[in-house]
Amino acid sequence: MSKTVLMQGNEAAVEGAIAAGMRFFAGYPITPSTEIAETCALRLPQEGGKFIQMEDEISSIAAVLGASAAGMKAMTATSGPGFSLMQENLGYGAMAEIPCVIVDVQRSGPSTGLPTSPSQGDYMQARWGTHGDHPVIALSPASVLETYTLMIRAFNLAEKYRTPVIFLMDEIVGHMREGVELPDPGKLIINQRKMSFHDGANKQCYFVPEGEYVPAMKPFGQGERYNITGLAHDESGFPVNSSEIAGRLVKRLLDKVEKNTDHICRVEEIEMDDAETAIVCFGGTTRAARDAVNAARAVGKKVGMFRPVTVWPFPEKQLRARLPQLKRILVVEHNHGQMLLEVQRCVGGALPVGFLGRIDGTVISPRDILARLGEMEGMHHAE
Amino acid sequence: MKNERYEMRFAGSGGQGVILASVILAEAAVIAGLRTVQSQAYGPEARGGVSKAETILSREEIWYSKVTRPDFLLALTQASLEAYTKTLAKGAVVMMDDSLDRPAGLDGTRVIAIPILHTAKEVVGKSFTANIVAVGAINAALGLFDDESLVEAVRRHIPAGTEEINRKALDAGAALISEEQAAAFAQKLG
Repeated sequence: MSKTVLMQGNEAAVEGAIAAGMRFFAGYPITPSTEIAETCALRLPQEGGKFIQMEDEISSIAAVLGASAAGMKAMTATSGPGFSLMQENLGYGAMAEIPCVIVDVQRSGPSTGLPTSPSQGDYMQARWGTHGDHPVIALSPASVLETYTLMIRAFNLAEKYRTPVIFLMDEIVGHMREGVELPDPGKLIINQRKMSFHDGANKQCYFVPEGEYVPAMKPFGQGERYNITGLAHDESGFPVNSSEIAGRLVKRLLDKVEKNTDHICRVEEIEMDDAETAIVCFGGTTRAARDAVNAARAVGKKVGMFRPVTVWPFPEKQLRARLPQLKRILVVEHNHGQMLLEVQRCVGGALPVGFLGRIDGTVISPRDILARLGEMEGMHHAE
Repeated sequence: MKNERYEMRFAGSGGQGVILASVILAEAAVIAGLRTVQSQAYGPEARGGVSKAETILSREEIWYSKVTRPDFLLALTQASLEAYTKTLAKGAVVMMDDSLDRPAGLDGTRVIAIPILHTAKEVVGKSFTANIVAVGAINAALGLFDDESLVEAVRRHIPAGTEEINRKALDAGAALISEEQAAAFAQKLG
């Protein structure tokens, strides 16, 4: 019998997290993310970890930040309504530099919307949902196997850059089951946060060596007292009102991501070598786009797919590199045009950028994409 | 398989277990070494409402995860039967509970009308085994998987201690399919 197992996207998120070392989950179950909490409740005790169902999403992310500060790899999972509630503490995690993973299995909104229907309407919320200028890393998987492997990368990035990472799933991938063969655990690359312990040489808990961006982390509650705050703070962790220190701090937080986009940004490119038309999509929408590319290629059309796997920061360098060869771009997403804005910003009017979206909870089909491509080509010939 | 993609849809009312039926057949596909994608759509209710599940089988990589033109439809309620017979692929097989009225325009030669709900309640003795009765009947009619793969697939998705009643349900479902039906509707997997 093969080693292939039937697994749901939500289950793969948990198994990937456990493989990455996640041993603490706090959450409040919500469709379509519920199986993540359910699977954590079953699996974490088996792995010596802790699962706790909190009273709401605000406390869930608070518990996750606390667990991570104390040295655990920690995760929570939710959907749109809960993701909204988590925004304040997400910013706290960014400011206090507490690594963690927040899974948002997107569903149709706004508000409680269509709980069981797919959407990608939280794309901009993932970037700008919490207030203030802050760093964001967000990753979006397109298959069950990728959910597993990308979740490991989510924890690795959180640990490396000491920042919350948003794992932006959608109902399509979260609730989909596929046969998967998981990688050999011995071959996985698992990063751990850089730690510092009190050795008398440096008492500053947010000390950053010259030329670096990320302070080593002191595990909270294990012998050394220090201060963690969402207020602007100096290297001691205590609040300051100095514009110089505050400005330097926020700049460093942003630089952690902005100066490392080559490492953080990943894309998947399919049939892009000679493509004249690029379909830009992410997450579950990729499934229809792949079939559309295959169908277009079968009739000799030079269509490719450009998929940000890292959806924040937007992989603008990779997209810009493709612009000279392209005649048009079609952005396909299950929302009213969110990643579209990032694509338009990168293209800057150099090419026609078309859009296909849905906001009614139904899934975009390959045929929908092919029809929209046909319309765009028609417009192009008419010009 | 006649197509690159064999698309199966399972429809009923929330609580009838059509999603589990769909998952079990996907599990059997994995055991048999096929590619499969399984998904479902349902309303916010835990019971009632229309529940729809889909399993796609293929020897090739499957990308688009939704069924558009089902080659097979299982319908356990009148509403789901009427809703989903409109989008069937040419030559699709429809399995419906025989308590339902066959919609006008549905080609009778490709319909398998059998007492799934009655068999679960009266032969197996538990109404909630209707989905497993259906799985047994589907596999007997379409000849998708060998018995061992199917039994193992069921075992992976039922609580320990319920193996016997589920085995009984599988067999009772298979017994609803005649040899003529099995010969007429068999799908070639090789």
